[in-house]
Amino acid sequence: MNQMLDQDSVSVTRRVLDALRLDPVLLSLLVILALFGSMVLYSASGSDQAVVLRQLTRILVAVLLLIAVANIPVRMLRKISIWLYLAGVGLLIAVMFFGEVGKGAQRWLDLGIIRFQPSEILKLAVPMIVAAYLAPRVLPVGFKELVVSSVLVLIPVVLIARQPDLGTAILVGSAGFFVLFLAGVRWRIIISLGVIFSAMAPLLWKFALHEYQRKRIVTLLDPESDPLGSGYHIIQSKIAIGSGGVYGKGWLNGTQSQLDFIPERSTDFIFSVFGEEFGFFGSVVLILIYLAIIFRGLYIAAHSDENFGRLLAGALSLTFFVYLFVNTGMVAGMLPVVGVPLPLISYGGTSMVTLMMGFGLIMSIRSAKRFLV
Amino acid sequence: MSKREQLKDDYLENRLIRRRLILAAFFIVLMLGIVLGRLYVLQIVEYEHFSTLSDSNRIRIKALPPTRGLIFDRHGVVMANNLPTYRLEIVREQVEDLESTLQQLRQYVEYSEQDLKRFKQSSKRRRPFESIPLRLNLNDEEVARLAVNLHQFEGVEINARLTRNYPQGEHAVHALGYVGRIDERDLSEVDEVDYAGSTHIGKLGLEKFYEHELHGTVGVQQVEVNANGRTLRVLSEAPPIQGNNLHLTIDSRLQRVAEEAFADRNGAAVAIDPTNGEILALVSMPIFNPNLFVNGISFDNYNALRDSPSRPLFNRALSGQYPPGSTTKPFFGLAGLETRVNLVDSETYCIGYYRLPNEERRYRDWKKEGHGHMDLNGAITQSCDVYFYDLAYRLGIDRMSAFMEQFGFGIKTGVDSTGERNGLLPSREWKRRAEGMPWFPGETLITGIGQGALLVTPLQLANSTAAFAQKGTRYQPRLVKSVEKIPGYNRIDIASRVAGRYEIQKQENWEHVHNAMVNVVHGLRGTAYRISQGIQYKAAGKTGTAQVFEVAQDEEYDEEDVAEKLRDHALFVSYAPAEDPKIAVAVIVENGGHGSSVAAPIARRIMDAYLLEQS
Repeated sequence: MNQMLDQDSVSVTRRVLDALRLDPVLLSLLVILALFGSMVLYSASGSDQAVVLRQLTRILVAVLLLIAVANIPVRMLRKISIWLYLAGVGLLIAVMFFGEVGKGAQRWLDLGIIRFQPSEILKLAVPMIVAAYLAPRVLPVGFKELVVSSVLVLIPVVLIARQPDLGTAILVGSAGFFVLFLAGVRWRIIISLGVIFSAMAPLLWKFALHEYQRKRIVTLLDPESDPLGSGYHIIQSKIAIGSGGVYGKGWLNGTQSQLDFIPERSTDFIFSVFGEEFGFFGSVVLILIYLAIIFRGLYIAAHSDENFGRLLAGALSLTFFVYLFVNTGMVAGMLPVVGVPLPLISYGGTSMVTLMMGFGLIMSIRSAKRFLV
Repeated sequence: MSKREQLKDDYLENRLIRRRLILAAFFIVLMLGIVLGRLYVLQIVEYEHFSTLSDSNRIRIKALPPTRGLIFDRHGVVMANNLPTYRLEIVREQVEDLESTLQQLRQYVEYSEQDLKRFKQSSKRRRPFESIPLRLNLNDEEVARLAVNLHQFEGVEINARLTRNYPQGEHAVHALGYVGRIDERDLSEVDEVDYAGSTHIGKLGLEKFYEHELHGTVGVQQVEVNANGRTLRVLSEAPPIQGNNLHLTIDSRLQRVAEEAFADRNGAAVAIDPTNGEILALVSMPIFNPNLFVNGISFDNYNALRDSPSRPLFNRALSGQYPPGSTTKPFFGLAGLETRVNLVDSETYCIGYYRLPNEERRYRDWKKEGHGHMDLNGAITQSCDVYFYDLAYRLGIDRMSAFMEQFGFGIKTGVDSTGERNGLLPSREWKRRAEGMPWFPGETLITGIGQGALLVTPLQLANSTAAFAQKGTRYQPRLVKSVEKIPGYNRIDIASRVAGRYEIQKQENWEHVHNAMVNVVHGLRGTAYRISQGIQYKAAGKTGTAQVFEVAQDEEYDEEDVAEKLRDHALFVSYAPAEDPKIAVAVIVENGGHGSSVAAPIARRIMDAYLLEQS
């Protein structure tokens, strides 16, 4: 009797989720991560309930948007890609002229009610348009397709890098690149591009990077060279993580984090708070949760029954990985400081919404074919 | 080619994408493995190291402020240096109860609300273990009183720091500018890291313009401290590097002579070496003591300076814009000859006023009864307005403004200081843009005698005069002769730069105007004849009077009747020796009446001091 009821309630949940076209596995992983993130944020913000409340509101809004996106049929997604892309690029150009300057870079567009960064749209629109373009064509991609796709990716990337917002440019660029990679760009092209890029690195260093960006890279290689500026951040972040040890100092007990030693500790550097308070053990668990999310995305991609879904779901999952890798690498002092948040945990609304909408796309792709699991 | 024609094969394509997805999955595992490996190193292998750093209340990094570069005049006289002064500083982390400490300190030393506000502001930016100044510039008595009682206050220190000092006091203040306490706005303009230890920054003038040279490079000290924050030992130190020294073009002796020549009048004077653009003296009167600003000026002192009707804080030499009046006549005269609108011996008959054809309005000459027959030489020597009304009418505004622009009117000179203004060179295009109105012929006439919309800064006027003396070669004026790089003490000369060059069509044209200007000073009928008494060199000059107050058509200007504030400005431009000019001077005396009586003697005094009294 009891078991019957249990089974019944399980199947009710399943039916609701199915009706909403949501993936139970992915959704529960995402919600667990976001709620867990709010806990870390509570500590990082110096036990500020208002901050956590705002973050919870954002999670709620983002999940609602996820559900909305998940209910757009894939056919429709393919059709709107081009318009979304054009709108995104148009807004980027608008930002160049009318944008607001925040923290030295021109990224924000003020629409009266809301202020937002058009570059966020392109985190979704770029993989969508490239996937929509390549899906009906013969794979592996030929030369003409490669050129067209590259142009589609490079236009917004250059515009964003000029704002300057290197972090977002990397994310948008890799999203587009991953679609191409999955669509089977030949290895010799990938390798020769890699060689050309490395050969051009000194030129890029000299002309494409801003002074502050060069400084960050130098600082990474030798934090002592700038102990009063960003080198200080890296030194302090490493001390925080390192002093966490195996099990960490415990939630709300991180001395580095609670005193004012870690910069941006509720946004880009929140992982150092996490590392200090939850230790190596906590870090392994956290990274496994992320890995599970990524693998679920890749699984959905592999089981989609047409190319658009395969390419898009795969590229979005891979981009999610880039977020994670760039952020943790930066905080652990392996990569230069670029503004990439720890996905779903860092404080801030824009990236939370974009990421959740991305997972909405993945779920829409999943529902196009009825999965058993 | 065969491949292109292939039909889409979903099975093959699916296999391709899956292969790539699996590859990507391996790659992700590998990369996250590297991240975990890194965390393993940090959190487990090096745990002891980081834990010690974190627990033992860690290593602290102290910023060591650099010493600001010195400023010398052209002969090595010190214009700005640094003196040790005592400051009351607080290390917040070591203070139990900040509020009560601040209260108790009041028993021994006074500090204002402003001091307190500034202290709180910098508290927000600085880390808790850095010492933050509460009061600067303690006097001996305050130091003594505090030193005796310091043991009661944990975390309160008296530190000696070098502070900017201007040994010349108020002299040359408008040339030098001054430094003041850094505020939020200053920090947004510089690299905050470089200023981590600094409390002062250039606020105005040279001190601001050459901030990047003068400031120097911040030093860093890594120290190990105990739990109470006491320094145990210095782990490493990169000493600060002193800012570069500046050697000015200003001659401080000449500067003082010029300032004294003004007595209690307001105005400005600029002396330039026409052969290279070096500014020898830059005077704006009245002057004030910049040392007041260094450690935060008191409200009373500041209000007194700000509200004074003579506006001592206003740098007239660079920011003051005045109608140049008749000092423009040599330029327009040259324009007339060069465009062949007038010939050297063309004459105009002056009846005391001028009328445009078909217009009632009378444009008056300053001499009511008229000058009679006037050629160019006479018109400049005696400053006949009617001659220049007529010339302006025939030149037209387009040719006039095009010509004047070549001598630097209406454009910034590009001097190496702050606050320089454009002046204003009117043109048809300007009027349409600024007022949305067409140009009226009457305005051409008024411009022809340097009135109306035409405005110059004293620096601009001096530089244009220097350009005239150089037969059209105009240098970019500058205050700094060389920068002395520290370390090494190499003096790097700043090269003089030609800002513009007007090619004179006919040498005689220039000479004719030049001779007329010599006549202004040395000729019996010259308007500045008075200053030629006992003069030991030949000078060329031109007087000017700028209207502040417009006299109605049927009224007459009477100096006695008009309040001093509305009296005309007196101007004089000059260069000497006439045969080989070494100095060009522009003098403006506000509300001084006629150029000949007050402005010219000041110019003479400056030229005498420079040409005759060189040590």
